[in-house]
Amino acid sequence: MAHTDAHSSRLGRLLRGIALTAVVVFFLFPIVWIVMMSFQTNEQILRIPPRLVFEPTLINYKALISGKLVTAAGSLDLPFMRNLGNSVLLSAVSVLVSLVLGVPAAYAFARFRFRLGENIAFTLLSFRFAPPLLVLLPLSLYFQDLGLANTYTGLIWVYQLICLPLILWIVRGYFEDASPDVEHAYRVDGHSWWRAFTRIAIPLAGPGIAAAGLLAFIFAWNNFVFALILASADKQPVTVGALAFVTASGIQYGQIAAAIVLSILPTLALALYAQRWLVEGLSLGAVKG
Amino acid sequence: MTLALSQLSKTYPGRDGHPVRAVLGLDLLVQDGEIVALLGSSGCGKTSTLRMIAGFEDVTDGSITLAGRRIDTLPPDRRRVAMAFEGYALYPPLTVAENIGFGLARDRRGLSRKDADKRVQDVAEMLEIADLLAKRPASLSGGQQQRASLARALARDADLHLLDEPMGQLEPQLRAVLRGRVKATLKARNCTSVLVTHDQTEANAMADRIAVMEAGVLQQFGTGAELRDRPANLFVATFFGEPPMNAFSARVQPDGLHPADAPGKAIALPGVPLPDHGVNVVLGVRPHHIRLGEGTLHGSVISNQWLGDQAHVVVEMRDKIVVAVSHARVPLRVGESVAFGFAPEDTHIFDASTGRALAHGMQRP
Repeated sequence: MAHTDAHSSRLGRLLRGIALTAVVVFFLFPIVWIVMMSFQTNEQILRIPPRLVFEPTLINYKALISGKLVTAAGSLDLPFMRNLGNSVLLSAVSVLVSLVLGVPAAYAFARFRFRLGENIAFTLLSFRFAPPLLVLLPLSLYFQDLGLANTYTGLIWVYQLICLPLILWIVRGYFEDASPDVEHAYRVDGHSWWRAFTRIAIPLAGPGIAAAGLLAFIFAWNNFVFALILASADKQPVTVGALAFVTASGIQYGQIAAAIVLSILPTLALALYAQRWLVEGLSLGAVKG
Repeated sequence: MTLALSQLSKTYPGRDGHPVRAVLGLDLLVQDGEIVALLGSSGCGKTSTLRMIAGFEDVTDGSITLAGRRIDTLPPDRRRVAMAFEGYALYPPLTVAENIGFGLARDRRGLSRKDADKRVQDVAEMLEIADLLAKRPASLSGGQQQRASLARALARDADLHLLDEPMGQLEPQLRAVLRGRVKATLKARNCTSVLVTHDQTEANAMADRIAVMEAGVLQQFGTGAELRDRPANLFVATFFGEPPMNAFSARVQPDGLHPADAPGKAIALPGVPLPDHGVNVVLGVRPHHIRLGEGTLHGSVISNQWLGDQAHVVVEMRDKIVVAVSHARVPLRVGESVAFGFAPEDTHIFDASTGRALAHGMQRP
């Protein structure tokens, strides 16, 4: 883009303001619309033309939290809060397991050269290339045999396909960026390898680890297809649970909207809390090959 | 504490299957309390050697013995070495004082808090960073961080002190002062030390003996005077000394040396033990031994600079560049033709094919 004096002139500032507003509206509109829908009844939502002014109602949230969905066709049990709990459990434990496995692995790939090292690292990354459905078909058969189908353990295991490569590669970039000399200095000062790793390397890569963990959490949270195939109702996360809102008596738009708002909240809170780290992590660690 | 490197070798697996031989069969004996400099250009293997001594690199072949203990199989934390890093490697969350005192706490478990603080204070004053002790590394300049890193190594009671380019970031004046002080400190505490540097002035000023390395091979190990007066080969001769030694290709003939760049001229070197007739040699003469205005060789002056305390005159003889240094101003203009020569005792003769020294003045090596 040509850089002129426009940004200092009045017209330029005005145009820039309009452009920024347009971008913000474009990106935030769906979210704002969903938040508004979540405070409306199905009838209000389906009104034509739609109205921006309406009488807000908490009926959708009440239905979700109490777990009872009352429709024209009768009352229906809604395991939404349980789904939300499943989402938190699956995502959090998956990320924790990935961190425990991935951070030491990332350190090894960054610091040591060993036979087939690059190949192993790339193979781990390639798990993310495979279309999930391709993996799922054989996996679901194996899981039936192993008794892992419809278990938290099985799901968390499969979720490693999402979290582990992400954490491994982002954190590896961070370890590579940090000079090993600080660890060396710590070693000659009389400390073991393990202490240098835990006391020096991990804190220095801390922002990267936090950012990678957060990203992995979001990816795990948003996963749909693994849980759809491998888990039944009581183990399902919100992404799959939302299907329940398509009922015999129609689609419950209001409840879907409220469910979306509720399921965005945990990740949103986490992302806001770690926003600074996230940006740093993406710009410093992930770019490095 | 004596340090002995025996047939030490390091080979890195190369990227495309070609192994990189960084250090080859290095033998080096550092006496108790001696300061030895590893001197060489980048990539000569000096840093790899230091990292093997510290334990950051595995030894491919050979052994390292420190104070009678074989240390190359020990992890770095059990080798009892202290190291100042070229990249500083300070602990970011700790203050300068905490950084300096960090390793000290482990070396001397019986050391009282007061004595440890005093040691930190003394080292910091010696390196002129006493006013920075409460600061954190991130707020320091490169030179200050480097001194903090050096202080951390000097404060420790280790069997061996390793200094990797410890003054590269300092201003020349401060560097000159600190060289002397650091050397005095190491000597006063009888610290066996290995200094890695590419700066010959620093090596000369601080080290008792200098090991010149090139392409992973030790070229010569001796005092600065030995390296200057009796270089073991052409590499050391032209690497060590500023400006570098002039080197003339020549052939031995009955009437003396026939330089390749001065056809028809013969340089008689009475008393110099020359090899057999017909042998190709390289004749080396240090710039301050070139005598302008006398001698059998001729060239034209292409530059004449007065550097404040000495004159550097560059003479071109056909395509050969010859540098002469004089401690008085030289009344020569650019383009002027000048005769030059040198005394037989100031010459060095090297084998043209191997580079090995054959004679230094009237003496055999």
